[in-house]
Amino acid sequence: MTAALLGAALLLAQLMLAVAMGCAALRALVGPRAQDRVLALDTLYVNAAMLLLVFGIRTGTTHYFEAALLVTLLGFVATAALSKFLMRGEVIE
Amino acid sequence: MTGAAEIPFWAALPVAVLVLFGAGLGLTGSIGLLRLRGFYERVHAPTLGTTLGIGSILIASMLFFSVLQTRPVLHELLIAAFIVVTTPVTLMLLARAALHRDRAESDPSVPAPAAPTAPPPPA
Repeated sequence: MTAALLGAALLLAQLMLAVAMGCAALRALVGPRAQDRVLALDTLYVNAAMLLLVFGIRTGTTHYFEAALLVTLLGFVATAALSKFLMRGEVIE
Repeated sequence: MTGAAEIPFWAALPVAVLVLFGAGLGLTGSIGLLRLRGFYERVHAPTLGTTLGIGSILIASMLFFSVLQTRPVLHELLIAAFIVVTTPVTLMLLARAALHRDRAESDPSVPAPAAPTAPPPPA
């Protein structure tokens, strides 16, 4: 009973997060401008971190936590670097 | 499913509810990112997932592993602190970059930069 409830909730959450990542990927594909794509990439990173945490709860191991931490770190660095590029790439060049 | 059968029902219920709530907020934010029209509207939508969504999933993860290992497992606070610090920074940088790009193209839909303050009168 308990395992069935938790398993169903985790499966549903995984499906919802997969659809969310699909929406973010679609926005990154269609654009229409560069800042929309960067924003969609940032959303994709956060959704991936959430999906990794749900995987960690599902398997009962803490190894997925480190992967989620790495994904959030890389997402911050990537978004900050791309924003600085969008800000400076057109003006100073 | 190694651990889910071992935790009691009183802990499984809030874990399930919090995980579903967080995933629902993430999905809402991503659908908003897809559906809203302009960039300045779209930049608001994913913050649902990046604040409350990942926060509730982190609380669910902390509760699950604390009950499973019968000791406080709080390393998820690292991700929470990091997300709280970085999300406003990245989105502020991105919004300012977009505003800068729109002004550089003299897009009429964005407000002009604030007028420079007048120099102090000569004494």
